[in-house]
Amino acid sequence: MTITQTQTKTAAPDERVAKRSPFQKLLGRPEVGALVGAIVLFIFFAVVSPTFTQPNAFATVLYGSSTIGIMAVGVSLLMIGGEFDLSTGVAVISSALTASMFSWYFSTNVWVGVGLALLVSLGIGFINGWILMKTKLPSFIVTLATFLMLTGLNLGLTRLIGGSVSSPSISNMDGFASARAVFASSVSLGGVEVKITVFIWFALVAVATWVLMRTRVGNWIFAVGGDANAARAVGVPVKATKIGLFMAVGFCGWILGMHNLFAFDTVQSGEGVGNEFLYIIAAVIGGCLLTGGYGSAVGGAIGAFIFGMANKGIVYAQWNPDWFKFFLGLMLLLATIVNLIVKRRAELK
Amino acid sequence: MNAKQIDQQTLLQNETDPLTHTPVHLLSLDKVGKHYGNIVALTDVTMAVDNGRVTCVLGDNGAGKSTLIKIIAGLHQHDEGVLKVMGEDRKFTSPRDALDVGIATVYQDLAVVPLMPIWRNFFLGSELTSGFGPFKSMDVEKMKDITKHELAEMGIDLRDVEQPIGQLSGGERQCVAIARAVYFGAKVLILDEPTAALGVKQSGVVLRYILQARDRGLGVIFITHNPHHAFPVGDRFLLLKRGKSIGYYEKKDITLDELTAQMAGGAELAELAHELEQLGGHGDVVKEVKGEVAEVAQTTGKAYS
Repeated sequence: MTITQTQTKTAAPDERVAKRSPFQKLLGRPEVGALVGAIVLFIFFAVVSPTFTQPNAFATVLYGSSTIGIMAVGVSLLMIGGEFDLSTGVAVISSALTASMFSWYFSTNVWVGVGLALLVSLGIGFINGWILMKTKLPSFIVTLATFLMLTGLNLGLTRLIGGSVSSPSISNMDGFASARAVFASSVSLGGVEVKITVFIWFALVAVATWVLMRTRVGNWIFAVGGDANAARAVGVPVKATKIGLFMAVGFCGWILGMHNLFAFDTVQSGEGVGNEFLYIIAAVIGGCLLTGGYGSAVGGAIGAFIFGMANKGIVYAQWNPDWFKFFLGLMLLLATIVNLIVKRRAELK
Repeated sequence: MNAKQIDQQTLLQNETDPLTHTPVHLLSLDKVGKHYGNIVALTDVTMAVDNGRVTCVLGDNGAGKSTLIKIIAGLHQHDEGVLKVMGEDRKFTSPRDALDVGIATVYQDLAVVPLMPIWRNFFLGSELTSGFGPFKSMDVEKMKDITKHELAEMGIDLRDVEQPIGQLSGGERQCVAIARAVYFGAKVLILDEPTAALGVKQSGVVLRYILQARDRGLGVIFITHNPHHAFPVGDRFLLLKRGKSIGYYEKKDITLDELTAQMAGGAELAELAHELEQLGGHGDVVKEVKGEVAEVAQTTGKAYS
C-alpha cells in the first residue's frame, strides 16, 4: 500500500469541507461554552468591582483557581475516560497527613514523607481503579466507599498517632524550607506575587492536553469513555487505561496535598470533605460529558477559573460571601445550559 | 498492491502450497461440527474461502451461522472436522489467534466509538507513533492521510476525517470497519450480517464495498439471510438450516430463483398454505401462497403437497 498516491489525492481541498468556517469549527470544541461563560463573568466582575482587574487581585483569583484547577486536570481526564472519583477531596488531605505524620513520628527529613505521600496517593488511585475493574461496580459506589473510609482513616489515625485532630507542626524539621519552596512559594512577575501553584496548574494542563490530543494513551482515554466494549474489541487495554486515570487523579491530589501542607505547617484531618464536588463541577462546566468520551483538559481549567473568579469576585465586590454557594449552583446550571446550546448549534451546521 | 489490476481470471487460481505446489485454499472447513453440551449447534459443514472470492453463508435465524463464524473467528473451538488455513490444520484458542493469521471479523455492532473522529477510530488500538520514550506522540497527519486514502480506495469520499464517526450513515460506518480490517492486514474478512439493519440504498453501498474488498484480493465470508444480497456478490454459497448444511454451490451451478427457493423452504410454504386454508383464511391470501408453492416446486423440480 503506497501512501505516495495519498498526498496527491488528498491535496485537493474538498469543497464540502470549506463550508465549515473556522469560527464554526471553534464552536464545536468542548470548552467553548465555558469560555463564553468565563468572559461574561470576567466582564461582570470587572464592572461591579474596580479592584477586580488590578494585577494583585487577579493573581489572587488565579491562585484560587489553581487550587481547584490542579485537581480538575486529573478529574477531567478521568471523566473523559468515563468514570467518577468522589474520594478526591479527602484523598488530598490523606496525602498531606501521610507526609506530615510520617516525617514527624519518625523524625525524618520531610522529603521522605513527601515521597511516601506520593506512593500513598498513587496507591489510593490504583485501589480505586482496581476494585472498579474487578467488581465492575459503578465508580460512584466504589469511590463513595473510598471517600468514607479515607474520611475515617484521616481522623482516626491522626488522633491515634498525634493525639489531636490536626497534625503537629513540622515547620522546624529538616527539608521544610526546600519543600515549601517547591510546593508553596511565590514568584514575582513584574512586581506581582504569583503563587507557584498557578505555574504547576498551567504545566499540568499543557501536559494533559498533549497526552489527550497527541498520544496513543489519549486515544485510549477517549475510547474507554466512549465505548469500553468497542475499545476492548480492537485491542485497547481498557483496564490499564482506567486504572492509570485513577492514578493520575491520585498524582494531582498529591501535588495539592503537598501545597496545603507546606503553605502552612499543619493539616486539619477533617478537611477536604465536599471538595470533590468542586473538581467535578469544574470539569462539567468545562464541557466534559458526564457519560464520558468527550471533553478537554483546557475545559476543566476554564471551569476552575470560573470558580476562582466567582469565589474571589464576590469578596472584591464586597458582597456577603455567604452567597457564594448559591452563585456557584446558578453558575453550574447556566454554564451547562450554555454549553449544551452552543454544542447543539455547532453540530447542526 | 494495486487491486484494480486483479481480474477474474487470476482470481480463479488458488493459492499453492509452498512445498508441494499443489493448490490449497486460503481457508477451508471439512465436516466441521460443534456441540454445546448435548445440544448440537453445527454438524458436517464443509466450505472453502479463496483469495479474491466471496463465500456466502445463508440461513435463517438459528441456522448456525453465528456458531460458524465464532469458530472461524476463534471465539469457540470446533469439536469435529478439520479447519485449515493455507493447508495447515488449525484450531484457534482466542480471537487474537485468528487475527494473527489474518482473519478479521466485522461484527454487527462494528466496534467503533461514536463520539470519536473517524481517523481516531480507524487507528484505535494500533495507533502510529513517532518519537522516543516518554515523548512518543501520534503521527496525526499520517494517520489522517492514510484514513482518507484507504476510505477513498474503498470508494467512499469523506467530507472530513475529523467528523465523529457517529455522524456517518450505517453503510459508511460499515465501510470504515471494513477498510480498517483490510488496512491492518486481513486476508480473510468475515462480515456478520452487514446489510441486516440497512435500507435498500445503503445495502447496495455495502455490497459494493464487499466487491471492493474482493478485488483487493481478500477472501470474504459474507453472512446474510437475504439471497438477493448474496447472489450478486457471491462466488460460493453455503446454505445452513438447523445447524446442517443443506447445500453448497458454486455460482455457475445455481440461479437466484433456486437459491431463494432453497432459502424459503418449499415444504414450509406448502404447510403454511394448508394451515391458512384450515383457519378459513382470506381466499386471496391462500391463493397467493399456493401460487408461490407452485413456483418453488417448478424451480427446484420437487413436488410439495
